[in-house]
Amino acid sequence: MKRAGFDNIWLPVALLLPQLMIIAIFFYWPAGWALQSSFYLQDPFGFGSTFVGADNYTSLIGNDHYLRVAWFTVVFSILVTFFSLAIALLLAVKADKVLRGAKSYRTLLMWVYAIAPPVAGFLGILFFDQSTGPMTRFFQMFGWDFKLGVDYNATATAMIIVSVWKQIPVNFIFFLSGLQSIPRSVREAAMIDNRSATGRFWQVTFPLLAPTAFFLLIINITYALFDTFGIIDALMKSNPGNNPMTLVYKVYLDGFRGNDLGGSSAQSVVLMVLVLALTVFQFRLVERRIHYT
Amino acid sequence: MADTTLEAPAATRRPRRIRWETVGDHVVLILGSLLMMLPPLIALTTASHDAVTIHREGLQLTLGDDLGKNFKNALFEKGGFTKNVNGMLMLMNSFILGIGFAVGKIIISMMAAYAIVYFRLRFATLAFWIIFTTLLLPLEVRILPSYEAIQKLGLTNTYTGLIVPLIASATGTFFFRQFFLSVPEELAEAARIDGAGPWKFFIDILVPLSRTMIAAIFIIMFVFGWNQYLWPTLITTDESFFTLVRGIKQIVLTYTDANIPEHGLALALAIVAMIPPVAIVIFFQNWFVKGLTESDK
Repeated sequence: MKRAGFDNIWLPVALLLPQLMIIAIFFYWPAGWALQSSFYLQDPFGFGSTFVGADNYTSLIGNDHYLRVAWFTVVFSILVTFFSLAIALLLAVKADKVLRGAKSYRTLLMWVYAIAPPVAGFLGILFFDQSTGPMTRFFQMFGWDFKLGVDYNATATAMIIVSVWKQIPVNFIFFLSGLQSIPRSVREAAMIDNRSATGRFWQVTFPLLAPTAFFLLIINITYALFDTFGIIDALMKSNPGNNPMTLVYKVYLDGFRGNDLGGSSAQSVVLMVLVLALTVFQFRLVERRIHYT
Repeated sequence: MADTTLEAPAATRRPRRIRWETVGDHVVLILGSLLMMLPPLIALTTASHDAVTIHREGLQLTLGDDLGKNFKNALFEKGGFTKNVNGMLMLMNSFILGIGFAVGKIIISMMAAYAIVYFRLRFATLAFWIIFTTLLLPLEVRILPSYEAIQKLGLTNTYTGLIVPLIASATGTFFFRQFFLSVPEELAEAARIDGAGPWKFFIDILVPLSRTMIAAIFIIMFVFGWNQYLWPTLITTDESFFTLVRGIKQIVLTYTDANIPEHGLALALAIVAMIPPVAIVIFFQNWFVKGLTESDK
């Protein structure tokens, strides 16, 4: 709050009211409702519901499919985060270094940010097409009979590649702005102290980029968990079958296609706890990163 | 001074090594640019061929003759399951969602941030926490209960149901709060001494001062709204409310279910769905980067 604040009473209330109302109706009510219905078993024909305690949660732990989906989500998140961060970091370091064409490279490398995930997924379908896709042919050169939507590993690979591709721009933008905020004097001092460019990068640049990288780590995990929904849905052509999927996709599948309200709500609550942990972590980081004046 | 004398001899002694390193940098950057550029570009060249060619040979690297025809059909030919929705209608819905979401979010979050930062309010801290808890849970996590809430309110298949729940998160408020906190204290003091009320100060001083911030956040939010997929998929079942991103799957399915899949039309539609957000990001690049890196989304 500002020291020189205004004393008006009703104006701030009126200013806050729209935001608070929207949040109450579309955030707190649904979130509370999810928490409540995760303890109930919904009648499949809509005739009321019975209290079942923690049954919805315990049945998740014993559910093979759920555990398989959870495992895939972990592997998927780690791979997508690692590859998109690594490729973006390499490109950002190079883009920061070159003098000629720096601005053009920046534009070319970041505009994919604006492409919607399901549209990227649709492009993926054509690139990984079973008979004519260039990526399919590429994998066939290595003796892999790549079948999108049929073979579990093939579909998973396609999902990871498209998700990495879609996330490179965000990481690139953050890394580049992190690099550009390293003071010139620090770089010049490093030049004098250390002749090898690789040594300079790992000993000086990388530690200075660590806050950005750490912040991006959380952003990327959140992306892999939630924003890849469109890519996953497109690549499996809305036909889950034996295909890999993430936890969010399973919430959607059980809740909207399977009509398992209680189970889906319990899954939502598990995800909420997960995100809560991640965000508390991130919040402490953000507070440290920003200096209020 | 010291560093120029250190660097200059090094540069003259070994010019070749330095040049090769630069070439290497450019090679990496060009490969990276190709990786990002090629998929959408190949989509464009492929969209210029007729259905039979694409079906038989897959993606095309050269421009064909059917570019105009495919785009015209994708935009104006009625498609979908009920045959009463065309590309233009979906394009319009996408703009309504993108602009409606961005404008709504900016207005609501600016007002809330102003109230939190500039007023001596007893429950300011409480309001702050009520609002900022929403940062913790993205819509995807509470998708099923949010859908139930919208259904109970009878807002499915309405623009309100499509846009308003997406606004229920504090990203914008957090962003404007940070910006307002960085505005010099003296400004509000001077305004008060000059007899300007809180409303006048907000409209005449703070809003014009935030112009760049508003532009930056508008771009981020427009792209975010335009690219929404899961929420519109649940909320709009009536095809006349379909956005491009939401409708693309249905259209692709009906186009590609035919004996010879109409991939040219589907790709043309996908490109139409890409152009507005891509154009806004490229043309307003500096604002976009500023909005993204400073909002810490």
